[in-house]
Amino acid sequence: MNTQTFHGGIHPPENKTQSTQTPIETALLPNKLILPLQQHIGQQAKPLVSPGERVLKGQMIAAAVGYISAAVHAPTSGIVTAIEAHALPHPSGLSGQCIVIKPDGQDQWSELTPLENYQQADKATLLQHISNAGITGLGGAGFPTAVKLNPSEELLIDTLILNAAECEPYITADDMLMRERAEEVIQGLHIIAQILQPSHCLIGIENNKPEAFDALHQALESSHLKDKIHLISIPTKYPSGGEKQLIQILTGTEVPNGGLPADIGIVCHNVGTAVAIYRAVTKGEPLISRVTTITGEAAARQGNIDVLIGTPIETLLNHFGVQQDLLHRVVMGGPMMGFTLDSVQLPIVKASNCIIAASRDELPDPAPEQACIRCGMCAEVCPATLLPQQLYWFSKAKEFDKALSHNLLDCIECGACSYVCPSNIPLVQYYRFTKGEIRIEEHERTASDHARQRFEARQIRLDKEAADKEAKRQARAAAAAAKKAEKAGAADDDSTKAAVVQAALERAQARKEKKAAAADSNPRD
Amino acid sequence: MALLRVSSPHLSRRGNTGDVMLLVIMATLPGLAMMTWFFGWGNLINVLWASLVAVCCEACILLLRRRPLAFYLTDYSAILTAVLLGLSLPQLAPWWLTLIATGFAIIVAKHLYGGMGQNPFNPAMIGYALVLIAFPLEMTSWLAPQTLAIAPGQAMGFMATLQAIFPFISEATSSVDAITMATPLDVFKHKGGLTAEEFWATELVVSPESWKAWQLVSLGFLTGGAYLIYRKIFSWHIPVSMLAAITLMSLLFWATDPSNYAAPELHLFAGATMLGAFFIATDPVTAATSLRGKLYYGAGIGVLIYLIRTWGSYPDAVAFAVLLMNFVAPLIDHYTQPRTYGHKSTK
Repeated sequence: MNTQTFHGGIHPPENKTQSTQTPIETALLPNKLILPLQQHIGQQAKPLVSPGERVLKGQMIAAAVGYISAAVHAPTSGIVTAIEAHALPHPSGLSGQCIVIKPDGQDQWSELTPLENYQQADKATLLQHISNAGITGLGGAGFPTAVKLNPSEELLIDTLILNAAECEPYITADDMLMRERAEEVIQGLHIIAQILQPSHCLIGIENNKPEAFDALHQALESSHLKDKIHLISIPTKYPSGGEKQLIQILTGTEVPNGGLPADIGIVCHNVGTAVAIYRAVTKGEPLISRVTTITGEAAARQGNIDVLIGTPIETLLNHFGVQQDLLHRVVMGGPMMGFTLDSVQLPIVKASNCIIAASRDELPDPAPEQACIRCGMCAEVCPATLLPQQLYWFSKAKEFDKALSHNLLDCIECGACSYVCPSNIPLVQYYRFTKGEIRIEEHERTASDHARQRFEARQIRLDKEAADKEAKRQARAAAAAAKKAEKAGAADDDSTKAAVVQAALERAQARKEKKAAAADSNPRD
Repeated sequence: MALLRVSSPHLSRRGNTGDVMLLVIMATLPGLAMMTWFFGWGNLINVLWASLVAVCCEACILLLRRRPLAFYLTDYSAILTAVLLGLSLPQLAPWWLTLIATGFAIIVAKHLYGGMGQNPFNPAMIGYALVLIAFPLEMTSWLAPQTLAIAPGQAMGFMATLQAIFPFISEATSSVDAITMATPLDVFKHKGGLTAEEFWATELVVSPESWKAWQLVSLGFLTGGAYLIYRKIFSWHIPVSMLAAITLMSLLFWATDPSNYAAPELHLFAGATMLGAFFIATDPVTAATSLRGKLYYGAGIGVLIYLIRTWGSYPDAVAFAVLLMNFVAPLIDHYTQPRTYGHKSTK
């Protein structure tokens, strides 16, 4: 099958072989597990346990809230010691509610409920099972998998893509997983295909992973869907593992601006997620561990480990012999899109695919920023075909409208532009700042729009009330006038009475005058 | 333990702007070597003198602007401007001419507009245009090509050249006995009633040796420029579209009337065409940004060069053409925004 290419891309040093020399290590049991209620995109999960309670391995300890959310399960048996705020491994460095478990060392499983005869199960049952297992995308973003597996009914899903590119330097978690558990990857793919019913499946894998490719190839031999599944080796180029870029490489189509891959009939899942789905459906195991790469020059050993979710990073780093005096920067994720950690007390979460314990020489402090000479190297490597240098000038000048018209919001923050910039400008940082400012501005605009709408509505209501009042008043006045007129008509007999009174008065007056005249005629005495 | 907290990406390619500038300066060396070989020491002295002036001007302005000296001087951008001026000015340009051109380029064209990266016009070409308009006589003092090796007796020695440029350094009467002459473009422009065929037949005006010298100098710049494209310092778009435009324009007129119009060959290899195409038009700060924009920008320079050379009052036109297109670059940028991933078409 022919592959296409995407615009730009870079070839940073891979640094992958350091961590692929040894098999995936089995999980170690730390003396404390910290399980954030929010390890996914969407609503925070709701705790089902309380401090002091004993929980079993695999027991659901926090339930999903709403549609876009994910449950959390106990990675081992032990006592819940606290449900409290704890710093999270997140770029923001903010804290969030976490369930803290003290393992009791027995590692006692709760009763698991695998899905019997899952090949015959319908879509809703499978989705419910996956949702109950708390599975989120293990590639890095952490979107609830059951939601992604359930696109709108109107959309016809034609292509299922399994993302095995793993394009970021240093990370080898997917590579090792495919080498050792290729069968499970393919079984997981079968289940996803059973749910989505695509006409074909594409597995995109970078050509720097020949062992993993061979393992998948072999596992596919016995697949009943092998005519529908295409294993495709793609050229190693960062960021080919970006969802939009992988879709472009494998299908030659682009995800429309503002849309989702499902809009063009494509759904993309990571190989690690496929394995998690396989285990959840066939063994009933919820997502309580994942494969994470521990690498970097500060570590005495480098490799991959099947780590329990919630394991403190410090425990892991000690396990891999990290030398504190060498440790200068700890990155969660890859060196291109990962984020630094303030402390090693933070836990591994579902999306933690890699921890880089970097020395100062390995990831040196950023060089001082020089002036942009608009050399255009950034534009040549941008996978979204943006003009990063223009976006930089607009960001610097806070010309947000121009940044928007140059499609800043299409930036995927892959960092290729910063990587090649000869002036060492932290371009992605400028874009994040501007995106944030634009978001705030939009929020304020919406808020002021709402305020204006409310004001206008109130004004209209007041005007209407005043108008109603006026109308009522006029109606009343009219009614009064009408009544008066009516009264005038009804008082005709009254007027005769008045005339009689008038006549009487006139007579009395005449009499008085007469009397007076008589008195006048008398001589004044 | 204090861990570094920075935003991604955490990797970056080694190198800085200074490395890019140094590489461009290095790439001018084949052309400079050819010029020195055929025209004597003049250009080399100009380059060194201009560099000295540029560094001094840059340092003064940086002090006035309270900027760190070493950080900005080691981006080598001032020296690159100086090198380009030294290559463009005539060999025997008096010292004050180079001083004025370089000083104006650095102080006015670069720093008064905000310094590195902020200047809308190519500083070297602003400096060049200033002295071309203000001192036309001095700007025509090009030496006749006389290979140092072939005619050591006739060629001007280093000291003699130095003395011609800086007359005050020696008490000896400055006697410029070297043959200065106009460039082939200049001569062709003022060929009077001669037809193009007669012009070329008159070897006295532009000798085959002289013409060959110009071609080799141009080839030197072409080589350096090609190396920079290979090293991905700039893309091929501007040089190729500029040279293509000059070739097409000259081919069109030459084909219709070969007696009156110069052949494409003359336009491509005489004058500053190659230097301009690879080292001046490609200045990223003042050029168009998108690849499509660069094609229009380069083609515009090519067309303007041909128009000014053929019907304007100056024999060469690279400086004016580049400066005119600098004006247009923002407009080109506005209309050549590339189609972003997932968008239908450009606005």
